[in-house]
Amino acid sequence: MIEVASLTKRYGELAAIRDVSFTAAPGQILGFLGPNGAGKTTTMRIITGFLPATTGTVRVDGFDVFEQSAEVRRRIGYLPENPPLYNDMSVPSYLRFVAKLKGLRRGDVAVALERVLDTCGLRQVRDRLLGHLSKGYRQRVGLAQALIHDPPVLILDEPTIGLDPRQIIEIRSLIRTLGGKRTVILSTHILPEVSQVCDKVVIINEGHIVIEDQVANLTRDRTLEDVFIEAITRDSGDGSRASAAAES
Amino acid sequence: MRNVFTIAGKELRSYFTSPVAYVLLASYLALAGYFFYALLLAFNQTLQIYSMMRNPEMLSRFNLNQMVIAPLLHNLAVLLIFIVPAITMRMFPEEKRSGTYELLLTSPIRVGEIVLGKFLGGLVLVLLMVALSGLFGVLLRAYGNPELPMMLVGYLGLALMATVFLALGTLISSFTDNVVIGYVGALFALLVLYTIGWLGETVQGVSGNLIRYVSITDHFQELTKGIVDTRDLVYFVTLVVVGLFLTQRSVESVRWR
Repeated sequence: MIEVASLTKRYGELAAIRDVSFTAAPGQILGFLGPNGAGKTTTMRIITGFLPATTGTVRVDGFDVFEQSAEVRRRIGYLPENPPLYNDMSVPSYLRFVAKLKGLRRGDVAVALERVLDTCGLRQVRDRLLGHLSKGYRQRVGLAQALIHDPPVLILDEPTIGLDPRQIIEIRSLIRTLGGKRTVILSTHILPEVSQVCDKVVIINEGHIVIEDQVANLTRDRTLEDVFIEAITRDSGDGSRASAAAES
Repeated sequence: MRNVFTIAGKELRSYFTSPVAYVLLASYLALAGYFFYALLLAFNQTLQIYSMMRNPEMLSRFNLNQMVIAPLLHNLAVLLIFIVPAITMRMFPEEKRSGTYELLLTSPIRVGEIVLGKFLGGLVLVLLMVALSGLFGVLLRAYGNPELPMMLVGYLGLALMATVFLALGTLISSFTDNVVIGYVGALFALLVLYTIGWLGETVQGVSGNLIRYVSITDHFQELTKGIVDTRDLVYFVTLVVVGLFLTQRSVESVRWR
């Protein structure tokens, strides 16, 4: 469903990501793990078509993100790191606006609105302005806008950040119900989230992929924490040795 | 086109659900009313002086169009130089700051539609301002005898001028993620456009002609005299089209970097 092939993104001399490749099968929930600043957000922005890659390709449902951008964008629901909300809009008027942007027909907007209000638990805040919502509700509205056009692919950038424990559990179970039907890429640095929610895990460190495997395979004889810490230390160790060698 | 209206509607709603539109409309109309009152007072005074001199030939040259409406329109144009940037300054910076830029650019709509939608939303507000200041023309018409076609062409000129200001403000706003820079940048550009004609009066030759052509005041002046010349209309339309085209390129350029 999603094929990322040797993506590199350079900002001048600095490479944010280097030669990133991975795939997500239809219906899979893929956990995209990595320390802060590893390149998770950059990769996701490239997949959604917000940023161009310096080299490499992304295909979503067979469509190239750069060549057939509109087709890809129609198929993706995207929740950026900060939910993209207009603070002066009310919940329903915002969601209707997004629904129209995503190309829903006028007659389908009302139905879609009711659907996401239910799935994301937004009934209680129906008449509130987005600027007056708590962090948890803002995150849910963010998720609702990603779901409003019922996309087959969801890209969620740290969807549980800043939520309280109860909300985290709710959002996780919501995401779990979304899998199966949809392909989900979920970035996080909370490890239990991945073992609870995801089928597959991709670990990125300092801009390149260090592990791509099924969660079940990785956690057969040890915890995901051990796998993650070991992979990151091994990789960062190599990295600093390599750069030291390059300098000398 | 549907996407354009979706964006335009959202822009317009955000002007009117916040105090922005009301504050801008009120300041514009209050100052416009003051200008109108001052001009009318001056007109009446001069009229009295000349009628005491019993000079019918001088009196016949007096008219409302030249002595009240044309200067009023020029004053309103200056006022718009300060007001229009306040409309355009937040168009793009606010989207970039709040993260909604990502929503717009990852939706299946074209960049041109975003730009056009934002421009149209602002245009409705600006044209509403110009239309409401048409009230002064209506008052003159009710109590005096200004020439209607000349007045209408003058207001058309003001509307065209405001549209050009809006297009340029939109362009400048697309360069930055900072609202203050969005305002001051647009103000600077509009002041240059408005005052560049001053050079045209002294500079000779080809460059003088060029400056006179670029100067928006020279074109506007023709319209306030009631003269509709295709060259002036082409000038205004060209600036709007170029401004919007460059805005589209500037927003799109995110994808090249």
